[in-house]
Amino acid sequence: MAKITIMGNMATALGAKLSRPDVVPAYPITPSTLFPEKISEYIADGEMDAEMIRVESEHSAMSACIGASACGARVCTASASQGIALMSEMMFIAAGMRLPIVMAVGNRALAAPINIWCDHQDTISQRDTGWLQFYAERNQEGLDLMIIAFKVCEDKRVLLPGMVGIDAFVLTHTTEAVDVPEQELVDEFLPKYKLELSLDPNKPMTFGSFGTPEFYQEFKYTQVKAIEKSSDVIDEVFAEFKKKFGREYRKIMPYKCEDADVIILTMGSMSGTARAAVNKMREEGKKVGCCKLTVYRPFPGKELMDLTKNARVIAVLDRDISPGFGGALYGEVSAQFVNEPKHPLITDYIIGLGGRDVLIENFEEIYDKSMDAVKKGRVEKPVEWINMNQEVL
Amino acid sequence: MVKITIGAINKVPGSSKNYKTGDWRTLKPVIDMEKCKKCWICYKFCPEGCIKKTDDGPETDYDYCKGCGICAYECPFKAIEMVMEER
Ligand code: SF4
Ligand code: SF4
Repeated sequence: MAKITIMGNMATALGAKLSRPDVVPAYPITPSTLFPEKISEYIADGEMDAEMIRVESEHSAMSACIGASACGARVCTASASQGIALMSEMMFIAAGMRLPIVMAVGNRALAAPINIWCDHQDTISQRDTGWLQFYAERNQEGLDLMIIAFKVCEDKRVLLPGMVGIDAFVLTHTTEAVDVPEQELVDEFLPKYKLELSLDPNKPMTFGSFGTPEFYQEFKYTQVKAIEKSSDVIDEVFAEFKKKFGREYRKIMPYKCEDADVIILTMGSMSGTARAAVNKMREEGKKVGCCKLTVYRPFPGKELMDLTKNARVIAVLDRDISPGFGGALYGEVSAQFVNEPKHPLITDYIIGLGGRDVLIENFEEIYDKSMDAVKKGRVEKPVEWINMNQEVL
Repeated sequence: MVKITIGAINKVPGSSKNYKTGDWRTLKPVIDMEKCKKCWICYKFCPEGCIKKTDDGPETDYDYCKGCGICAYECPFKAIEMVMEER
């Protein structure tokens, strides 16, 4: 296994290349532009046997993905932020048509005001499209999760599209060392795939056909069953990946949570900072742990419940905001516990929007605020904004 | 019996013709052959393509006519009347 140092976009592009897609329709957008650039370079250099479709918008990119995938091709693309918002309509269709397209995302904030930096709003806003969602903490995870996503999405029990999020700039444009899996091993792990039914001019058929009120609800039910089933498939594929490549993934990755009073939930690159903060606080005798979500859809609710049931507070960090409510992750974690007779207090911290750095002291503040709730026995302010610059307000 | 398929795939080509959109109609175009001059304007304007040219004049395919009334509106000789559908 070769070790190289590359930026996050190069890692997801390399993960895509190793997965041998047949078609890559893509439209460039910061911070994901390097992905299609790298893919076209691979193709031009003869290192990759794929067709790159240069489209005029992200809506067209996803449309081309859908067409190619319905023809039975292995398809991937990349996008971010406004691009994903523009794709949204077609993303619902890709999921409804049960096409295992894989998308690399450079997670970025949405305008207005225009902002190109790290934020999870772009993909969180698409959580109801029916796509699987993976979030990487490091470039290595970005690479590995691309390969994993193809295998999960193409599984006959699943057949759904999936996305792999890497944080804008913090990962997309940051160079890290990654282990490059050998092509031969990837080929064994992810063999060529064949859709049972695909578009063929000689055997015309309709994909995603008309669903009248008599059938639509049942159709959605089967689609939802498939993403629920993907939860087990993800576990299987993670286990197989570990056996083959040695690196371990789980839907949730806890750190020092066994005896923790406060468990901090994170997604993406801030998870590393969370562990550093936990180490520092542990040295000071604070009983705190953290846990990152590698998989956000399907939502790992049962796993989170098992992990946090003995904690006193679950501190949810949201790098997104559902205006008029709070963080998306907070809402979902809370819903998971609502029917339990006894459960930890749950607090929400809006943090790191639009590329604001997430610092160790922020985690210390979050711990203090969470313990304050324990002392009072209630959460006075469920949704708090962390690291605010009060001067500009 | 129709069964839900993965990806809502329908393997029968051209099967949309089995879906009789005429069900949607509340008003029905009725052509008065006495007034009709066979100018075929209704035939050209019908967005559903469900007016057929015959030697006797235009013939409406009520299986697919949605009752939009465009034919009646466009007929220069007021030969088409929209009447309440009774089912
Ligand atoms: S009512 Fe509309 S659909 Fe029906 S025949 Fe006239 S133009 Fe065609
Ligand atoms: S437009 Fe009127 S006159 Fe002309 S063919 Fe149709 S019904 Fe007859």
